[in-house]
Amino acid sequence: MFTLDAIIGILFNGIFYGSILFLIAAGLQLIFGVQRILNLACGSFYALGVYTGVTFIEFFMGIGLPHIYFIIALIIAGLILGFIGPIIERGILKPIYAREMEFQLLATFALVLIFEDVIRFVWGIYPKISKVSPVIYGELRIGATILPIYYIFVIVISLTIALFMGFMIKKTKLGKTLRAISDNREMSAALGVNVNKFYLLSFTIGTIMGTIGGSLMAPVTAAWLGLGVEIIVYAFAVVVIGGLGSMIGAFIGAMIVGVFKGLAIAIYPELEVLIIYAVVIAILIMKPSGLFGRIEE
Amino acid sequence: MKIDIIKEVSTIIPFKNTRFTSILIILFIIALIAPYVAPPFLTYILLTFFCYVPIVIGFNLLLGYTGLLSFGHGLFVAIGMYTSVYLMRNYGVTSIEIMLILAATLSALAGFGVGLLCIRYVRIFFAMLTLAFSMVFYSFLLKFYWLTGGDEGLGIYTRPALLGMKFDTLYIMDFLTKVYYYYVLAIMVILLIFMYRITTSHFGICLRAVKENPRKADESGLNVKKYRLYAFVISAIYTGIGGALLVQVTRHVVPAITYWTYSGEIVFMTLLGGFNYFTGPIIGAFVYIVLRDLIMSLTIYWRVILGVALLLIVIFVPGGLMGGAKSLSKLIIKKRESYEFS
Repeated sequence: MFTLDAIIGILFNGIFYGSILFLIAAGLQLIFGVQRILNLACGSFYALGVYTGVTFIEFFMGIGLPHIYFIIALIIAGLILGFIGPIIERGILKPIYAREMEFQLLATFALVLIFEDVIRFVWGIYPKISKVSPVIYGELRIGATILPIYYIFVIVISLTIALFMGFMIKKTKLGKTLRAISDNREMSAALGVNVNKFYLLSFTIGTIMGTIGGSLMAPVTAAWLGLGVEIIVYAFAVVVIGGLGSMIGAFIGAMIVGVFKGLAIAIYPELEVLIIYAVVIAILIMKPSGLFGRIEE
Repeated sequence: MKIDIIKEVSTIIPFKNTRFTSILIILFIIALIAPYVAPPFLTYILLTFFCYVPIVIGFNLLLGYTGLLSFGHGLFVAIGMYTSVYLMRNYGVTSIEIMLILAATLSALAGFGVGLLCIRYVRIFFAMLTLAFSMVFYSFLLKFYWLTGGDEGLGIYTRPALLGMKFDTLYIMDFLTKVYYYYVLAIMVILLIFMYRITTSHFGICLRAVKENPRKADESGLNVKKYRLYAFVISAIYTGIGGALLVQVTRHVVPAITYWTYSGEIVFMTLLGGFNYFTGPIIGAFVYIVLRDLIMSLTIYWRVILGVALLLIVIFVPGGLMGGAKSLSKLIIKKRESYEFS
């Protein structure tokens, strides 16, 4: 039914989208794993990243930066935007760590509302399209399929971050401490871990992953107001499929969702969410903890 | 053992005093005369609020009484709305009673199906699964545009017959604020009384037992899953009826009702008022709807104001408006007592 070229194209696009999704979902997972907060605002971080990316591209184009450096400008945009992480953590989340999960979820929902208006205020209601398209770094031709090199860059960056995160969590002292906090907060605190400091750290890293995911997406998608709430739908699918709180789950889940999305777009674009959520429901019913997660009371 | 746990929980049943009853009667009288004294747009807001009452109290049967947070209740609102619109547009049904009954039946069926799968989980997984179902329905609505109007949704251009009476000669605003208003008010009061009976009944107390300590309830011989499922279905019916009432006011239905942000609004209203109280969600819905309409008419940045309000509530008044009012009144009483002693 498909030619080989078409399959390569679908897989490639799927993996590209999956790598962006991984960044956002990994941020969500990290924050959930350490702080036990399901951060609905991670989609808003992504949306902010896209808008900032578009603005950065415009700015650097204005001062005449060579095209080759755009991807660096985008990464810097994402990193700089990470400053909102500590502000939110200290100002909003810190007072409610002891509350029930419902309230924490609602606090992040409030952030979604606030950020949507912040974007509306700063960038206006009309969609913004970046002045640079993903083909700026040239294209790769495999048979009849055209693959932008920029996509490959993004996939490599995402993979590097994934490997780095995996290494950090499994091997370093920082990762071990984070896992200890995730397992038993009181015990870690009793053993002398400054839990507050690590909460701040993990939330900031989680935020930066979301904003970088967004800024890297800036040349590919139009920046519009619904971006934030739209990406949540996919990020949720990723964490449910992969398992809440699991990094490797986020990676596999993101790839599954990305490829399914690519497939759906190729066959029947309107079925996109339907197919992905059919997978989600199937997973929740058969293995509610997800592929790599563990269920807890 | 079963009796024990019921007795234990029945001590937390809300107040049954005369002052409360008198406030209720005054509010009811205000609601009765409102269309003739208040300007039409206020009556219209009030009418919207009445339609939301079944939705939020249905939702709160699940959150406040059974301890399950649904993030996909927009699904049942949409079922109620689409059922009504579809009946009116495609079958020429005018009787609103038929629409309500069918909306309730379909919501009950959907609630049974979805509930059967969702009640196996609690807390975050329950929230995510309900959200997933709602999103699936959303993409269904988008996709089958020949049936649902797709992204644009469906409008209704005729008006329903109430109790078999037609009001085609009235202006639409007059119909809504002078006639339909009383119809919704009556249904809302019936549904409210019925819900109050449910929550104070043996069944409602069992639900609370399930919420407070599922394991203990299970050991005491309550079938926890069965009670959760019943609560889910009743909640779905209430929400569906609310949706069917609401669509006559909005005159339009769009798939966005099933998007997760709309379900978030229902959660917002309930927590705003305080989910630990029977009246909490109702007050929450009232404040939310009035504030939203008020702020919306002043500025396009209404979300940021609502968001900040929500944050302040979550951080400073975790019991919602009702909880805040209660601790305030306790504080006042304490102060008065300390004055008397000094």
